Amino acid sequence: MIVLEKRPEPSRGWSLATPVVAVVATMIFGGIVFGLLGTNPVAAIATIFWEPLFGEFAFYYRPQLLVKGAPLVLIAIGLSLGFRAGIWNIGAEGQYIVGALSGAAIGLAFYPAEGWYIFPLMVAGGALGGWAWAMIPGLLKVRFGTNEILVSLMLVYVAEQLLASMSLGLLKNPEGFGFPGSRNLQQYPSAHNAELIAGTGMHWGVATAMIAVILAYVLLNRHMLGYQIRLTGEAPRAARFAGVRPGRLILFCLGVSGALAGLAGLFEVSGPAGQVSIDFNVGYGFTAIIVAFLGRLHPVGILLAGLLMALTYIGGEIAQSSLGLPASAIQVFQGMLLFFLLALDVLTNYRIRLVQRERS
Amino acid sequence: MDLTAINPVLLVASLMVAATPLLLAAIGELVVEKSGVLNLGVEGMMIVGAICGFAMAVESGSPMLGFAAAAAGGALLSLLFALLTQVALANQVASGLALTLFGLGLSALLGQGYVGVKPPPSPRLDLPGLSDLPVVGPILFGHDPILYLGVVLTACVWVMLKFTRAGLILRAVGESHDAAHALGYPVVRIRILAIMFGGACAGLGGAYISLIRVPQWTEGMTAGIGWIALALVVFASWKPWRALLGAYLFGGVTVMQLNLQAAGVAIPVEYLAMSPYLVTILVLVILSADRSGAPAALGRIFHASN
Repeated sequence: MIVLEKRPEPSRGWSLATPVVAVVATMIFGGIVFGLLGTNPVAAIATIFWEPLFGEFAFYYRPQLLVKGAPLVLIAIGLSLGFRAGIWNIGAEGQYIVGALSGAAIGLAFYPAEGWYIFPLMVAGGALGGWAWAMIPGLLKVRFGTNEILVSLMLVYVAEQLLASMSLGLLKNPEGFGFPGSRNLQQYPSAHNAELIAGTGMHWGVATAMIAVILAYVLLNRHMLGYQIRLTGEAPRAARFAGVRPGRLILFCLGVSGALAGLAGLFEVSGPAGQVSIDFNVGYGFTAIIVAFLGRLHPVGILLAGLLMALTYIGGEIAQSSLGLPASAIQVFQGMLLFFLLALDVLTNYRIRLVQRERS
Repeated sequence: MDLTAINPVLLVASLMVAATPLLLAAIGELVVEKSGVLNLGVEGMMIVGAICGFAMAVESGSPMLGFAAAAAGGALLSLLFALLTQVALANQVASGLALTLFGLGLSALLGQGYVGVKPPPSPRLDLPGLSDLPVVGPILFGHDPILYLGVVLTACVWVMLKFTRAGLILRAVGESHDAAHALGYPVVRIRILAIMFGGACAGLGGAYISLIRVPQWTEGMTAGIGWIALALVVFASWKPWRALLGAYLFGGVTVMQLNLQAAGVAIPVEYLAMSPYLVTILVLVILSADRSGAPAALGRIFHASN
């Protein structure tokens, strides 16, 4: 009989190994799924993981890695703070949309004026928009004890409707011949989040993501607040006795994750996406949840996990066009990864033992 | 704007149709939560149920076979959640989210060939005389069998939880798994069964959307109904009849905003479409103060050696 035995302390080795094992397991099972869909599994896995990095057109795909990875890392860093403390913000997608909307609105309000101050104002607006959207579940939780999971998620649907309304109404391009969508910010130099070094995919969002990783690392390992976050997650009662004020911690974690998601939205709308449109959001806010867990809620881990997840996005697109793999296959692949990760996590905290059944 | 175009009898009848997927999913989740497990994957199980039911109904030509397939599909997916949380002792919140993300992808994959296909029509209850009555007929006697199943299921769950030994054991497991374990009840097995019941109900609810309410298949068509069902369980403070009341209330809001859209009210369509989600938040705020009905062991991990 197989029995789980709790380890006296979580295993460090397994804690580091589970993400790797989970990725390998997902490759195997994902390959089986791709095979069932009539695609050569080895070719599909190779296309997803090898082609973007070392293939013939890698010079085009490598910059995309940063472009797609930056919003994922930025959002996941914010989410990981809350997840560590047991505060579940799963509405990052909504905060991402609202951040993009408020930032873009500031930029569009200045059009066609030029000035160095416009882009920084947009950045501030984006962060503020995301923060404010996350404050709704935060304040409701602190004041009324409302479940933040449900409220933040409901607000995603509200934000999506808001996005539709804005791109068809208030923010619509007056010179757009009636097509939905705002002016293209890429053609407005003061508001354009251009590449810092041409051809590398390195834009302000990537830089901000790097800074966020470093700051999160310092916060969690060297700062009292980070200690309180970890303590609250691992022993909520002890945290109360140690003087942690849960309300303030909830507002801090939700606020930071909202602001970072808002920033990610702003950098996306003013850079790679270029305009506010109905289909602006592509699910980064939800994929970032997987990134946060894959990175073991650790800033450095999240950085690596974000890049890996960006790779599956890019590789998935290549596989779509060259192998005819459906777009949703990649979504299944990403979901599967989270399953394996959660399932294998048991090995970190428990030991599997074979026990002889006692004779009665 | 022409509000006279809204027919109150049809409004109530369509309200019941809009409420049924919510009711089915919420009743299932209510049982799951009563056993002390928080399954946030309702949305994922619903959408998988929606496509399983749709595909089966189209292939076999029988909507009832479709509903059976939907229940099976939902239960099968929930078994994954059960494995994660009951066997591998994973965090329930994270596992539920994983289930939803995976379900959304899986349903899109399965549904590729079914976009734009029309499902076979479901039979309606037709009682000569009763169904032809002026107001009462369309409201009470003119629906499809699954709608009545939803109400019957609510009654069954109520009786089961309140009056039977099985219900007592289920509630005991949800209130204190350690005490239930000490008394010799198989905590994990009971919870797995509850989770699978919840999955089957969510699957039925999903298929109700794709086969009767809409009826067609589009990606992501559940559009948050699974999450609203989760909120509904809180609204109902874990009592079956209040879940029915809540489902009809939300169904009413949904149908009302659709009617207002059709009637051409001066409010933009997008803001009307937000209303069910905003109402959900509002209701959660009002009712969150009272957590007396919440099972004490909700969301806690059970491991026998502890």
